[in-house]
Amino acid sequence: MSENKDRKPLLKIEDLHVSFMTYAGRVQAVRGVSLSMEKGEILAVVGESGCGKSVTAQTILQLNPSPPSVIEGGKIELEGRDLIKCSESEMRKVRGREISMIFQDPMTSLNPTARVGNQIMEGILKHQKVSRKQAYDRAVEMLRLVGLSNPEQRMRQYPHEFSGGMRQRAMIAMALVCDPKILIADEPTTALDVTIQSQIVDLMLELREKLKTGILIITHDMGVVADIADRVAVMYAGMIVESGDVQEIFYHPKHPYTWGLLDSIPKPGTGRTDRLVPIDGTPPDLIYPPKGCPFAARCDYCMKICHERMPEITDAAGGHQVRCWLQHEYAPKVENRYTTGEGGEDHAAGSHRA
Amino acid sequence: MLLEVTELKKYFPVGGGKMLRAVDSVTFGIEKGETLGLVGESGCGKSTLGRTIIGLYEPTGGRIVFDGQDVTRLKGKQRRQFTKNMQMIFQDPYASLNPRMTVADLVGEGLDIHKTYRAEARQKRIFELLDLVGLSQEHASRFPHEFSGGQRQRIGIARALAIEPKLIICDEPISALDVSIQAQVVNLLEDLQKELGLTYLFIAHDLAMVEHISDRIAVMYLGAMVELAPAGEVMTRPLHPYTRALLSAVPFADPVASRQRKRIKLEGDVPSPISILQGCKFQTRCPYCTEACKRQAPPLKEVEPGRYVACLNDQAIAAQ
Repeated sequence: MSENKDRKPLLKIEDLHVSFMTYAGRVQAVRGVSLSMEKGEILAVVGESGCGKSVTAQTILQLNPSPPSVIEGGKIELEGRDLIKCSESEMRKVRGREISMIFQDPMTSLNPTARVGNQIMEGILKHQKVSRKQAYDRAVEMLRLVGLSNPEQRMRQYPHEFSGGMRQRAMIAMALVCDPKILIADEPTTALDVTIQSQIVDLMLELREKLKTGILIITHDMGVVADIADRVAVMYAGMIVESGDVQEIFYHPKHPYTWGLLDSIPKPGTGRTDRLVPIDGTPPDLIYPPKGCPFAARCDYCMKICHERMPEITDAAGGHQVRCWLQHEYAPKVENRYTTGEGGEDHAAGSHRA
Repeated sequence: MLLEVTELKKYFPVGGGKMLRAVDSVTFGIEKGETLGLVGESGCGKSTLGRTIIGLYEPTGGRIVFDGQDVTRLKGKQRRQFTKNMQMIFQDPYASLNPRMTVADLVGEGLDIHKTYRAEARQKRIFELLDLVGLSQEHASRFPHEFSGGQRQRIGIARALAIEPKLIICDEPISALDVSIQAQVVNLLEDLQKELGLTYLFIAHDLAMVEHISDRIAVMYLGAMVELAPAGEVMTRPLHPYTRALLSAVPFADPVASRQRKRIKLEGDVPSPISILQGCKFQTRCPYCTEACKRQAPPLKEVEPGRYVACLNDQAIAAQ
């Protein structure tokens, strides 16, 4: 085992199933998700609300209350250790020290009654055998690292004295204070303005360089994904429908849902002449998920088999994986601007803004 | 001009004799049948501007002229008469629909207030409206919680259309929706505009979407309008330093080009709208700030036909 230790991924999720027991029935929020992440890699999980991306992330740290949530199967391995088998007290050592998380709304995730400094020091004092003085110094250093001016003064302030961008910086400082191997960022920029968003994206890229932290970022903003991700996994109805390198996903997407996602955002510079191409319909009800492909009902290229059987994950050209019957050797060859190779150039038209 | 706004001000008292200047002397107009996009970061006063125009807030100063009629301080019956012309679509389709009312009653509320349609005609009109926004007649007897976000926003649109307004103020109508659903709602708004000859004031922070839907774009910063120009011009050749910085921050769905784009980074945060700045509102963060900027607030002036910029150094910036 020690020979191929280097090749072992930092985080590996295998066939994860998570359901929520509700009065209406069993909501199958995550249905067989497999992911892996290397050291220092930025993996983006994209998808619409309700597709299970946040549930997947929260399950890594077992943050979903049980009941109603139930992990029904699968493995979550952190450097080979299965986190699902860990007890609550073992998990408490993982959270914050090995894997930490930041959330969408920095105001509700900070404690309004405690000074920012104390909130940052809490993690250090809990996980490391250090004195208060050392913890204080470390917290100041972290605040400086995330780009807050006058860190000593900031330590004494309360969250309400911070602006939205500063709060998110403080959250990141708090998450990274114990030098975790993985940072999970659940929609970290959604609540922020674009100018602040770009600062936070820059900060995450910079911290990845400095600290070699692996970052799992969850978002629905394709622009943010394009800026930050090394690899992308597209989720739909509790499953990963396509995953691959960021350039592959944007320039040579293979799944009709990914085509739809990319087409429904307006292209820069086209103005009012171009009509948007929405994905018609709504995602399926996950209490009664369809037995075939979950996207079949909204897919323009749907075939008979799509309603009948779930497609397997297949390796497609360019080193990426797709869950779609169109990849089957007997499937008709579909003409789409992404399959004809026009997609890439078309998107590059955005560079006029540079 | 369908709507003309002149030096509109809306101040909120915040105690201690201080004033929060949410909208500070804004002047602009909207032509009939046009879509004016209004962008800016949170707290810049864009929503307050929309709400003041429609009369949800009483303006502190300035004038609002709609179709030749001064509507700044209408009261009572006159106000009610006027509201038929102007309606609003709100951001949050979950909070803006009364959960205890059926869709028919929500859509018909305006009809009841203005008594424009009664009895059978009312019912017919409601079905017509539901059809117009892509919902079906069976939806009429249901309650809001039975609908998805996109469908709820359609109900909100039907509600706004009920009394046949000329101008609709859309206050972030798509921000709470998923990307694929956003496109559905934007297409619907565009179709309705063509069909009914509507005029929109479209408030949003998603610049790509605003560029898509707008004929002209207005950019706000700290309660003031800093730039107003045709959509394509603003997006490709912004003149105000704030607009330039704002646009450069927007990532787009192209990993290579997006990572290569030149970014103008702004230092610091937006100053508080309570403190009163002498001169230009953008001076604390502007890379081109001069002494003159600190003395005098730049007026929104026409630098090219149809292009307005509030900056003293716009020529120097444009020359770059």
